[in-house]
Amino acid sequence: MDFELSSEQLSVRDLCRDFARNEIAPKAAGFDETGEFPYAIVAGMGKLGLFAMRFSESLGGAGGDFLSYCLAIEEIARADASCAITLAAAVSLGIAPFVEFGTAAQQERWLPALLSGEKLWAFGLTEPEAGSDAGGTQSRASRTGAEWVINGRKAFITNAGTNISAGVTMTAVTGGSEGHKQISCFAVERGTPGYTQGPKYRKLGWHASDTRELLFDDVRVPADNLVGEEGGGLRQFLRILEGGRVGMAALSVGVAQACLDASIEYSTQRRQFGQAIAGFQATQFKLADMATQIEMARLLTHKAAWLFDHGGKPGVYASMAKLHASEVATACAGQAVQIHGGYGFMEDLPVARYYRDVKINEIGEGTSEVQRILIARHLIKRFEGA
Amino acid sequence: MKIVVCVKQVPDPNTPGQLDPSTHRLRRDGEVVLDPGDEFGIEAGLQLAEAHGGDVTVVSMAPERGVDAIRKALAMGAASGVLISDPLLEGSDALSTARVLAAAISREGFDIVITATESTDGYSGVVPQMLAGLLGVPAVTFAKSLKYDGTTLRVLRQTETGHDRVETSLPVVVTVTSGINEPRYPSLRGIMGAKSKPFQTLTTSDLGLTDVGGAHAGETMVAVVAAEERQAGEIIEDDGTAAKRIVDFLAEKKVI
Repeated sequence: MDFELSSEQLSVRDLCRDFARNEIAPKAAGFDETGEFPYAIVAGMGKLGLFAMRFSESLGGAGGDFLSYCLAIEEIARADASCAITLAAAVSLGIAPFVEFGTAAQQERWLPALLSGEKLWAFGLTEPEAGSDAGGTQSRASRTGAEWVINGRKAFITNAGTNISAGVTMTAVTGGSEGHKQISCFAVERGTPGYTQGPKYRKLGWHASDTRELLFDDVRVPADNLVGEEGGGLRQFLRILEGGRVGMAALSVGVAQACLDASIEYSTQRRQFGQAIAGFQATQFKLADMATQIEMARLLTHKAAWLFDHGGKPGVYASMAKLHASEVATACAGQAVQIHGGYGFMEDLPVARYYRDVKINEIGEGTSEVQRILIARHLIKRFEGA
Repeated sequence: MKIVVCVKQVPDPNTPGQLDPSTHRLRRDGEVVLDPGDEFGIEAGLQLAEAHGGDVTVVSMAPERGVDAIRKALAMGAASGVLISDPLLEGSDALSTARVLAAAISREGFDIVITATESTDGYSGVVPQMLAGLLGVPAVTFAKSLKYDGTTLRVLRQTETGHDRVETSLPVVVTVTSGINEPRYPSLRGIMGAKSKPFQTLTTSDLGLTDVGGAHAGETMVAVVAAEERQAGEIIEDDGTAAKRIVDFLAEKKVI
């Protein structure tokens, strides 16, 4: 057993830490306030190679491992969750489906601009009536000659409506029966007639992340735009979500760490009753619990990432990492605000933003409840039917 | 063009430094990073190499973990690295450091040696000049701009009041100020490729040096004292005589 990171992994972490500290952190509050999409930061992350990092060199990637990717997400999230989710969604949800299931022609057509960060691609699974229950998908695609005709709506989709958004991979019912729907994935380029993006949602947090409703009204795409197997959509996106979950776990660890960083800094400076509040056991126990929980979440995340790198199947560990890390992050944000007292409620300090940004981590990429279902199923499946 | 950039691993300047009470030296057992000042030298070297051909070799004298500083420079784009690492070198003074670096750089050969004006931990600021002396080449210090036309290196040398224009032929040792350029971030590809770049670790015996290191240091840190606190200034409130009192004060200080 070896807990040491390799020199490459450490270099990736340090690079992203420097970049996040110097380029993102000073601007995060401004982006949060205006909701402006951080184009310059996305371009910067592209230049570093963060969009390409975890994909093989043969596809134009940097040949890094999944753990390095998680270290990158963690460090970016430590400065700003909106930037981190923009990167994580672009990589795990936008690029990964083409890498894992795309044809050579699709990869050649779309990957170069996505791997460089020049363009963003979205993933459309959630619908107004189909969240945790993806089987409730109502969007439909029907084959007419050499084309698919797509109709439906997608909700809460990340990265679909920025100036550099190039398209979306979306799921739609292509056959089967109620209860046993056959679902397939389609690549829809922006600009395709009938494909429109709604206005940006007003959100509790993640203000600088682009989130929109997508509408598909008789959208015609060539048969070549089918991503993966026809009817393979369900299996495919479950696979994609597994990688997304580990990324979300890393993002959660980053936000939790930011909460601890801020709490240590503040509590060693803030004086009450003649001493720094870090001198009070009431504060110390909070800090100790946060640090311990964060380390547990980080270890679980690294284990899931390690499994991704060794066999490609994090399985239940992806759920455990995502569940635990997101709940730890929410708890840490709560404690950080508490330690900051009245100042924690003010938008002048970043902890208020962390508190608003963090809740979605327990919801996006599979709610905590869904993760618990998946973990429990894994535990009892051997005994089912006995 | 053969460019050598000297780099150093220093305690992370983002964390408060601590002095070892017995040696009066900075403690180096915490997190260490490539000296932020060195990133400007690496960038200056890379820009020269990109504009005029040639490549950048990074040289560092450090304990073995100094390899991380070199690796970062390789990830930024340097072509090769040399680490001089030897237990003998612990406690080296500035002259020892300069002699070791000079020996390693002579082996490599160079047209330009670039360093920071000083390190962010020791701040002695004398190693580059010693290095130039030992290598027998001019030292042009505090460069805030470097321009090379193929024969002459033109340097704007930062001074307290402005800058000097300095011209020199090669070979030369140049120290660059922080702010001479905007150091690039390494790329992921650079990080992945750093491991396969030529890298050598040398000891003092590889360099044929025996009388270097702490045991031969001519320089000793005798004491470290806190800087005197600045006294509060005098506030003159205007009751009609303020102008005269200020003039008297300045006259007393011989300012006017």
